[in-house]
Amino acid sequence: MSRRLLWALPPVALLALFFLYPLALVVQQSFQPDGGGTSLRPYADVFASEAFRNALWTTVWLALASTAGCLVLGFLLSLVIAFVPFPGAKAVARFIDVYLSFPSFLITLALLFIYGTTGIIGSFQFLTTPWGVLLAEVTYFTPFVMRPLLAAFSQLDTAQLEAAGSLGARAPRIIRRIILPESLPALAAGGSLVLVLCLNEFGIVLFTGAKGVTTLPMLVYSKAILESDYPGACVVAVVNVLISVSLYGLYRVVSRRAGA
Amino acid sequence: MGIRFDSVTVAYDGNVVLDSLDLTVEPGEVMALLGPSGSGKTTALRAVAGFVRPVSGRVLLGGRDVTDLPPYQRGIGMVVQSYALFPHMRVDENVAFGLKTRRAGKTETRQRVAEALELTGMAAYARRHPRELSGGQQQRVAIARALAIRPDVLLLDEPLSALDARLRSGMLAELARLHRELPDMSMLYVTHDQVEALTLADRIAVMDAARLQQCGTPRELYRSPKNEFTASFVGGANVLPVTVGCGGVGFAGTELKVDTGNAVAGARATLCVRPHVIGLGQGPNQLTGVVREIQWRGATHRLYVEVDGHSVMADVRELKDPPALGDPVSLHFAAEDAVLLPAGAGHE
Repeated sequence: MSRRLLWALPPVALLALFFLYPLALVVQQSFQPDGGGTSLRPYADVFASEAFRNALWTTVWLALASTAGCLVLGFLLSLVIAFVPFPGAKAVARFIDVYLSFPSFLITLALLFIYGTTGIIGSFQFLTTPWGVLLAEVTYFTPFVMRPLLAAFSQLDTAQLEAAGSLGARAPRIIRRIILPESLPALAAGGSLVLVLCLNEFGIVLFTGAKGVTTLPMLVYSKAILESDYPGACVVAVVNVLISVSLYGLYRVVSRRAGA
Repeated sequence: MGIRFDSVTVAYDGNVVLDSLDLTVEPGEVMALLGPSGSGKTTALRAVAGFVRPVSGRVLLGGRDVTDLPPYQRGIGMVVQSYALFPHMRVDENVAFGLKTRRAGKTETRQRVAEALELTGMAAYARRHPRELSGGQQQRVAIARALAIRPDVLLLDEPLSALDARLRSGMLAELARLHRELPDMSMLYVTHDQVEALTLADRIAVMDAARLQQCGTPRELYRSPKNEFTASFVGGANVLPVTVGCGGVGFAGTELKVDTGNAVAGARATLCVRPHVIGLGQGPNQLTGVVREIQWRGATHRLYVEVDGHSVMADVRELKDPPALGDPVSLHFAAEDAVLLPAGAGHE
């Protein structure tokens, strides 16, 4: 028993030192207003500010909308890649794996070349609006939905689709009644991952909507770096962490219900 | 409704997997497509279902050309080896699927689902999910699902291959009963198991190497195979290279008296003799050899006897005192139990 504890000690200690301790400092700082002492003042101040409430709302609706967009787009694209035989389908599926390793700001930068003020379709100028962020997030995060979906589709017994066909079902009905229900666990997994990632996304927002769009991570950044309001930044960070953790908890409950 | 294959050829990337198949399944007939894997039998079935497109030839259902119709317009029932049940639907929902796509009314759907489940003995399991059922039960549900749309043609692709031997013989009897209760429905039954084909089929189409080798009633195939492949695949006959003589054939330096038909004396030919017609000991048409292998199969012993370099199989009633390996033995068979094929009748 003691030997096993000995083995567990180094990783736990490292985790505590490099992850939990700084996180605890953030939480601690959020209760320590600039004036000194320990109080809920920073929370009261932050919650009362319009900037925070706007950022919270922007963060949530952007994340939800992006997730919805990724789910719809990812499902359709995966359907095509998995079930419509075309030359290069394998290469596209492989590319999606590579795409997952790209940094998010790279996609945004690439989008700037098309939609930006000096870009190919420059006149739109919508990249600095929430819609620009939405477009970039959907573009970047859709493959995160497609990865589990493609895995689920490859597990699907094609004999089921053929059986449905011989029973008189056309493609839309087969998709709705057979493929969609059987890929729900994969959709839930990909969707919740994307939701959490979007809530915490920083690079895309910084590159596109920096001026007009403020999300929670952006607020942390501007409070900490630009305004030197560390307690305020820490409060926003704590809120952000709480949202992520509770979403993760929700995902675990839902996925257990779904039997995944 | 009958099925007709009119020189149907299927190829993938120039690789011919079904070579100009001509075959007619009469209305209400059970036709087995029997052959080893890669013989083209499943491809033929999939051409009827509409999942593969022939590069040439036509497929007709009840006289109607369906070659260009998609699967969902053919109205065919299909049962496959993996059952292919929809895992997220209950048994009754699985069976109702085809009726719902046809927009059948609620009462009619309920009635037909009950009927189909009754027919397959699965009525008690209507509210279960497929994962809660055994393999045999799942296959019954798959059959019920195919029957619920009242198809004129039922396609079965190795339906019993995933079941163990005991369940298989039970399901075979079930399928035979189903056919008696639905006498107008044609069945196309793909299998590699000759017992299934011989038991169930009115006629058997023997396939090998993408071609139809022979088509006939089980008795015809068994009694008068047209070529070596049919002879050895159906019933596992011994095929012995012989030379035609006068009123008999020469094999391994022995003169065997068999019906030579119109074979020319001096020609090479193949003699087919089934293992179970060969007796041990002295008799007419006698061969002598050395026992190389002996298998006890309960009611019978199978002997592998080497006769002049050729292995001859004989199934004899269980022996009280079986010969030992290496013992010399004599084998014999009656002239009328052997079939002579012209040499080169290896394949169509």
